[in-house]
Amino acid sequence: MNIPRETLLSLYHDMLRTRRVEESIESLYHEDQMKTPIHLYIGQEAIAAGVCAHLRDDDPIFTTYRSHGQYLSKGGDLNSMIAELHCKETGCSKGRGGSMHLIDLSAGHYGSSAIVGGCLPIATGMAFAKKAQGSDAVTVTFFGDGATEEGIFYESVNYAMLKKLPVVFVLENNEWAVCSHVSTRKIGENLFHGADPEHLYTAKVDGNAVLDVYEEAGRAFAHARSGKGPAFLECMTYRIRGHAGSGSDADLGYRSPEDIEVWAKRCPIRSFRAWLLREEVETPIELERMDAQIETEIENAFAFATASPLPKGEDLLLHIYGE
Amino acid sequence: MPEVRELEWLRESKPSERMLGYPQAICEALDQALALDPRVFVMGQGVDDPGGMFGTTKGLHNTHGAARCFDTPLAEASMTGVAIGAALGGMRPVYMHNRSDFLFLTLDQLVNHASKWHYMFAGAVSVPIVVWACIGRGWGSGAQHSQALQGTMMQYPGLKVVMPSTAYDAKGLMLAAIADNNPVLILEHRHNFKYKGAVPEKVYTVPIGKGVVRRAGSDVTIAGISNMVNEALLAAKDLAAIGIDAEVVDLRSLRPLDETLVLESLRKTGRLVVTDSGWKTGGVAAEVAAIAAEKGLEFLKAPVRRVTCPDVPTPSGYTLEQAFYAAKDDIIEAVRTIVPPRR
Repeated sequence: MNIPRETLLSLYHDMLRTRRVEESIESLYHEDQMKTPIHLYIGQEAIAAGVCAHLRDDDPIFTTYRSHGQYLSKGGDLNSMIAELHCKETGCSKGRGGSMHLIDLSAGHYGSSAIVGGCLPIATGMAFAKKAQGSDAVTVTFFGDGATEEGIFYESVNYAMLKKLPVVFVLENNEWAVCSHVSTRKIGENLFHGADPEHLYTAKVDGNAVLDVYEEAGRAFAHARSGKGPAFLECMTYRIRGHAGSGSDADLGYRSPEDIEVWAKRCPIRSFRAWLLREEVETPIELERMDAQIETEIENAFAFATASPLPKGEDLLLHIYGE
Repeated sequence: MPEVRELEWLRESKPSERMLGYPQAICEALDQALALDPRVFVMGQGVDDPGGMFGTTKGLHNTHGAARCFDTPLAEASMTGVAIGAALGGMRPVYMHNRSDFLFLTLDQLVNHASKWHYMFAGAVSVPIVVWACIGRGWGSGAQHSQALQGTMMQYPGLKVVMPSTAYDAKGLMLAAIADNNPVLILEHRHNFKYKGAVPEKVYTVPIGKGVVRRAGSDVTIAGISNMVNEALLAAKDLAAIGIDAEVVDLRSLRPLDETLVLESLRKTGRLVVTDSGWKTGGVAAEVAAIAAEKGLEFLKAPVRRVTCPDVPTPSGYTLEQAFYAAKDDIIEAVRTIVPPRR
């Protein structure tokens, strides 16, 4: 695969930025200025980066409560996101949504749901609208392994296949639904089995290998954008952090600390950085410069959030209905 | 169902104006919306059947094409989500259900998503969808095919809920719902479908959130919704014969609810009977009675009475059905317990 250098660096930048943003959130979470549940994406960044690299601003995406990575990789505004985590009026949802409800229409991020599987049919409906309007935009929805157990998953994929809708279902299989392992919840190796390939393009990929994700996602988008119907991409990964909150939950005893170690060593960012240097795509000094730029950007975002006003209690009843 | 001429006092226009059947009035609203606005489409299980969902969608797929009026899989939850996504993509979906009971299968998408997407993102997006559902009645429809769910459905901020009682309003509220930038649930009562009413051919809307006085009176306010407004008007006619002058208020919308109209009427009459085709506990009648207690206590000369269906699932057998449904005589009885005899 011949990937432009610019794209390679952009993939690295997106993963690194998401990681650094979440590490900053994590390190400051105990200060209790971010009074919102957080669901960290640490270790899964290659999926959002590899998928979103193919998307235009007018390709809509719908995400979940674990959506910092997708929001940022799609081009969502960092200041607005950090302000939202601080529940500020300058946040992307003006403090009404918090960490689980991010939006940035200018980047084509149409919102995230805290209900497992909640966005699957909504993304399908967006794809229906785009097709009806004659647009070649492709709609993407990200979801976890738990969502494939919901009935609405089957309903949504069925409708997308039936109407040949330009939607790409991106499954982030991180093995865990809170403290329940996927093997206790579902049978078989493939979380979507039984679909006729004629009606659904499917691929399974190592979700910790950003170039693999990028390559497979590219095929899925080419399929969907050319009017052949929906695609389904299963990305195998692992949730390094607990379901919610900051820090390791290895001491809880529901999973083996060794497993966490094994996957932590498979860090998608570290391995890709080594590859970029080995292939001489970039020099160490330039990668360090990128790191420093990201640090500054994050510092500025937290400063913006901290200085921003909180919503006023008297505005409680705003935004219930649209004009 | 035998067709009956709409009750004389429900007529909104002069006798010279065109009379139209209740389901045909809904169909005309959809036909006009489809013709006027390319963003509108109509979907639902059986909307393109020969019968066209009791006539409300009859022939629309022929006039406007299968892309704009189409059948759906038996997947109420996801199809509600599809409507939401299409609305976010700039369209105006109307999702039709021929039995309101199936609304329960849609609640995750309708309540968790459609009703909150505007609020959760502080107004960045709107979800202009119309969900239409028909409450069944009679012929043993029973516990799962004739539930009146308005008490449940009026509770959610972000969702508007309307219940027309006349053919005129059925058309006008459908057009208003399609034009509205929010999710709107229209609950119809199948009992209304036997009526004809004066319905102008022109395009018009009936405002969501505004009730209307159907009959002016001075002794007691009977506030009702949908088919119970017809029962209230029949009751008022009988009550007039015994010297009791009842005012009949048609709430029309449940969310937003026209509190002002109810309280104005109560100020005038001092007595209130609320009637609804739903259950008594935690329902429409309970809400209106609470408003009277909270904001109209100084007007009340007697306790508020609720005339509703009793707290039991709908029975199938017709003798039990007769006992289950509240009607004109129950309203008269309730009025007589709070209005002193006139003659």
